[in-house]
Amino acid sequence: MKIACFHLMPYRDLADDFEKKHKSAWFSLPFNAVADPNKVAQYFNHTLDELTYAAELGFDGVCTNEHHQNAYGFMVNPNMMGSVLARATRGKDTAIIQMGETAVFLNPPIRVAEEYAMLDCIAEGRLIAGFPVGLGGDYSYSYGMAPIEQRARYYEAHDLIKKAWTADEVFAWNGKHYQLPMVNIWPKPVQRPHPPIWVPGNASPSTWDFVIKNNYSYCFLTYFGAKGAEHMVKGFWNRAEELGRDRNPYRMGFLVPVGVSETDEQAEADYGHAAEYFYHKGLHLPEQLLAPPGHMTHSSLTHLITKRPFPPFEELKTMRFPQFNERDFVVCGSAKTVTERLLHIIKTLRVGHLMILPQFGSLSHEKTMQNIERIAKNVMPHLRGVWDNEGWEDHWWPKTCKPAARAAA
Amino acid sequence: MAEDLQARGAGGGLRVETEPSMKNITQKVVPVLNGRLDITVNIAGKGKPLLYLHSAGGYYWDDFLDSLADHYTVYAPHFPGTAPGRPNDIDLVDNLWDVVLAYDDLLDGLGLDKVNLVGHSFGGLLAAELAAQRRQSIDKLVLIAPIGLWREDAPYTCASWCALGPDEIMEVLFHDPAHPRVVRRMTPPAGEEAAALWQVHFIWTLGCTAKVIWPIPDKGLKKRIHRVTAPSLVVWGENDKLIPPVYAQEFGRALPGSEVFMLPACGHEPPLEQMERLRDKVTGFLGA
Repeated sequence: MKIACFHLMPYRDLADDFEKKHKSAWFSLPFNAVADPNKVAQYFNHTLDELTYAAELGFDGVCTNEHHQNAYGFMVNPNMMGSVLARATRGKDTAIIQMGETAVFLNPPIRVAEEYAMLDCIAEGRLIAGFPVGLGGDYSYSYGMAPIEQRARYYEAHDLIKKAWTADEVFAWNGKHYQLPMVNIWPKPVQRPHPPIWVPGNASPSTWDFVIKNNYSYCFLTYFGAKGAEHMVKGFWNRAEELGRDRNPYRMGFLVPVGVSETDEQAEADYGHAAEYFYHKGLHLPEQLLAPPGHMTHSSLTHLITKRPFPPFEELKTMRFPQFNERDFVVCGSAKTVTERLLHIIKTLRVGHLMILPQFGSLSHEKTMQNIERIAKNVMPHLRGVWDNEGWEDHWWPKTCKPAARAAA
Repeated sequence: MAEDLQARGAGGGLRVETEPSMKNITQKVVPVLNGRLDITVNIAGKGKPLLYLHSAGGYYWDDFLDSLADHYTVYAPHFPGTAPGRPNDIDLVDNLWDVVLAYDDLLDGLGLDKVNLVGHSFGGLLAAELAAQRRQSIDKLVLIAPIGLWREDAPYTCASWCALGPDEIMEVLFHDPAHPRVVRRMTPPAGEEAAALWQVHFIWTLGCTAKVIWPIPDKGLKKRIHRVTAPSLVVWGENDKLIPPVYAQEFGRALPGSEVFMLPACGHEPPLEQMERLRDKVTGFLGA
């Protein structure tokens, strides 16, 4: 079992009436209307401190991600964060997990091949290369690309990057979306033929097929809790079986916001505000901003609109902490309770890569550090051995990173 | 983590179904671009041919088209990807130039040597491009609130309509959202499934049309519009909140000798909000 620490790097101090005053926390929210650059400077350093601390306390990996033009989480270049983390964890077995730099946001996308290779050098072979399709709003509203071409560009960028990593010769690339006369990246990754590839997603069947066929590891990133994810994750495993893949749990990653308190009763006081802030303010946005028309394929769009597999965002506004916690949108409580609930999630969904989000919403640096410590000391040791008796090998982890010592579950 | 956000999609809706019409509308499928793409064309009426290019909201046989069909043979193609049952046709055109050539081929495929050309909004941009490309075949040109030019003091982008929620669409698109023709157009069909598919079609249509104009529809028409030789009429709603009416003058200047006609009490959809005045003006301009 691998356990990584994930961070979104949100704005943590939005005013209590933020969502009443502003239409959206994403894309259309002017920075100067709500944000203090000095606080933001502090957040970035807090984020790096929190992830570094997680690595010191034995988390197997640290995860950064990329989003743009929002108060929800704005690590616009995760590789800048990743390179600091790689250096800060030098000599450790911490995987540097980029979830990741989004190739279709960049032109040419070999920039990602180059930066990941450079990061793998700084990390001395500890990079995990995330290949996100990218959020539709980021791609089209922030970066000005036509929504309907995003997925096709993603597939082409992926092929180009892999070839750039692995080709011995200089080559020309005459793609539909990208044309390059001489592809010859320096450096190449330390890990050969290339770093492990993880693909984050939200249960899109076309992404599953891509992941399973390419034999990558999938990371299910959902806001709506493990209970709501059960049906979808079952779909992933069924598809993997159909395509002839085994049930290796390391094919599946899952992200959970976690808060550990001294007692279950204390959890609401510790994490109630932060969780409600995350869902009420961080996810305060008109839904149509997320996926511009054309972002989804016609069949996915038809599935979404006719079946409505997710609750409407507005419904989140009516939910309070006890419901978020009850429905596993967040997992908060005593170490014992959190351990039990996470074990249930891990086993039910067959998760080999658990990503824990110890900072969410308004949670302060001090409380986050305390939370990381409680998770590392009182929860993680009981999760590590979950899959030991099945004997799977994690093919999607840097070979240079030795597995953490196992405490008895 | 935001990845499951993106599976959620745009809201809003424009009516897809054609309204009840007295006209007999037939459909013809015309191969273009050397057979790579089929364009579905709705045809009705009698008289000289008139090619009508629809807005980013998609093909919709409204009272305006119906009234044009009293005087002309109206040819109203579906933009690639928006014809029923063939959503992935959008993959067969990559950019605005492909689309202009597809419509150029369409005129040949329909056997039309001379047509009147009418385009609304997104279709207005396509009509202006086609009139600049296929000069010899365009008799007269009518642009209804076309997109495609740019002024720093009157910016608009694809986000101006693609990022709107359902309520905002009503507010931005129309002067009078309660106008009966607007209500008829914007009311989803009865039944949950039908209403959902109606919404899917609307979002998909916006996505297809956006492909060739994202993120800002200023794709170089200003460098080509001088080639237009057809006598031109530019029509704009005085209360257009989507594409500022100042662009009426901008198109008027770009098309020497053109006539600019402003419609009072009218937003971005003159065919719905000012059907009678629009019809009279357009038929008067085109002549019999």
